[in-house]
Amino acid sequence: MADFFSTPLGTFVIILAQCLAVLGFVMISLLFLVYGDRKIWAAVQMRRGPNVVGTFGILQSVADALKYVLKEVVIPAGSDKAVFILAPMISFVMSMIAWAVIPFSDGWVLSDINVAILYVFAISSLEVYGVIMGGWASNSKYPFLGSLRSAAQMISYEVSIGLIIIGVIISTGSMNFGNIVQAQDTGWGFFGWYWLPHFPMVFLFFISALAETNRPPFDLPEAESELVAGYQVEYSATPFLLFMAGEYIAIFLMCALTSLLFFGGWLSPIPGLPDGALWMVGKMAFFFFIFAMVKAITPRYRYDQLMRLGWKVFLPFSLVWVVFVSFAAKFGWFWGIFARWTTGG
Amino acid sequence: MTVFAFYLFALCTIVGGLFTVISRNPVHSVLWLILAFLSSAGLFVLLGAEFVAMLLIIVYVGAVAVLFLFVVMMLDVDFAELRAGMAKYMPLALLIGVILLMQLGMAFGVWEVSEIAASQLSAPTPLATETQNTAALGLLLYDRYFLLFQLAGLILLVAMIGAIVLTLRHRQDVKRQNVLAQMYRDPKKAMELRDVKPGQGL
Repeated sequence: MADFFSTPLGTFVIILAQCLAVLGFVMISLLFLVYGDRKIWAAVQMRRGPNVVGTFGILQSVADALKYVLKEVVIPAGSDKAVFILAPMISFVMSMIAWAVIPFSDGWVLSDINVAILYVFAISSLEVYGVIMGGWASNSKYPFLGSLRSAAQMISYEVSIGLIIIGVIISTGSMNFGNIVQAQDTGWGFFGWYWLPHFPMVFLFFISALAETNRPPFDLPEAESELVAGYQVEYSATPFLLFMAGEYIAIFLMCALTSLLFFGGWLSPIPGLPDGALWMVGKMAFFFFIFAMVKAITPRYRYDQLMRLGWKVFLPFSLVWVVFVSFAAKFGWFWGIFARWTTGG
Repeated sequence: MTVFAFYLFALCTIVGGLFTVISRNPVHSVLWLILAFLSSAGLFVLLGAEFVAMLLIIVYVGAVAVLFLFVVMMLDVDFAELRAGMAKYMPLALLIGVILLMQLGMAFGVWEVSEIAASQLSAPTPLATETQNTAALGLLLYDRYFLLFQLAGLILLVAMIGAIVLTLRHRQDVKRQNVLAQMYRDPKKAMELRDVKPGQGL
């Protein structure tokens, strides 16, 4: 058996199995995330939320997914059919392939590459294509407006996400997630992680992540009160399911990124307790809970406010922060908490 | 495996480039262009230049091509009119194409690699096995070619300022939101609390 796994075919089988494991984890958590999102949202509004399918409605997402798959796919006559079908696939695939470099525990990663963080950034900048193509191919006014909005919005907030990530990279001296998490392992537990030195950036990153994934209060591309459902108006059945799944997977990815970059990934918050993948999953679930709470309690931004926040507040602030972190890391200010280059590659 | 990946990416790049040119719908052209960008990023990865590959995707696909797509989608293109103009410009286009082809052929016909070229190439960066190419690029840009890098940045800054100056108009007749003024408004000046007796009104 061991011989088989060292042959090219065996290596291929191992890689395939690992990919399927990550895919399965993300897809199964997706079902419960959608359910959890709806339950939290309902609880804030003092409703019951889904409670019919399964105990406490826990199988609601499964039923919904089945419903979407079994429904008829309606493609508008005036649409650009190839692009129309391609758009949801891109949206789904792009948010899925970013998981290839996300580590769940020490060494539990599909592809341990040097430029992992740049890879995630690149892939998340590609996610906008699903929305733009979907909006354009629908050949209809509301979807088109939605896609134009999302194009401008996602590019604007990517700029500040990029600058925030640069701060973390400067502190670590590496773009590998494993090194970034190891750099936060200082023996201080919770207080050794990057959220403390990079404190204001945690909030900026979280808000930018909301805007990047089109979550409320920045869900202008699909603002149902103005654009009905934005770029998704003409979509039905499985293509719509792919759009929605892609959106939730992108949100979950942002939760994973927040915990890796600022909250120590798989490290345990209390010194002495064992580190492990459970901490990572727990942190991701916690950030998803905050995502859901934000959706429940904030009103939608106006578009010009969104642009002002991105370009006039976040961009200058994160730019100044990069300069500050560079100086602090170079000259070892604040007992050297900004420069943890010993673990970097 | 690498060979297979190379031919896959190379084929995708060529097909993408070809369809960028011959596709009739400009939006499709941009999408094919994106495919070409992505697969050339794959080629960079195969060469071991993963940093350049990621930058190619982030800058060209993530930002530049989105803006292309943005502009092209807004254009109201009449395809019939485009096709009518085709015959008129075809001879000129063919002429330019033939001339370019001849020039390329002449250039490659007399192509000679200098004996010292190989040693010149390998001089500036350390070996890929010794250092990551992100670090190697950083050392080159910020250390060895620092002045040139700064000058390039300055040129871009000037271009950006130029574009802003050319397009900036301060219109007086539109209402603008001044967020700071709104935040620093004094509630005492803006509103007044009155005790309204039931049934009387103000």
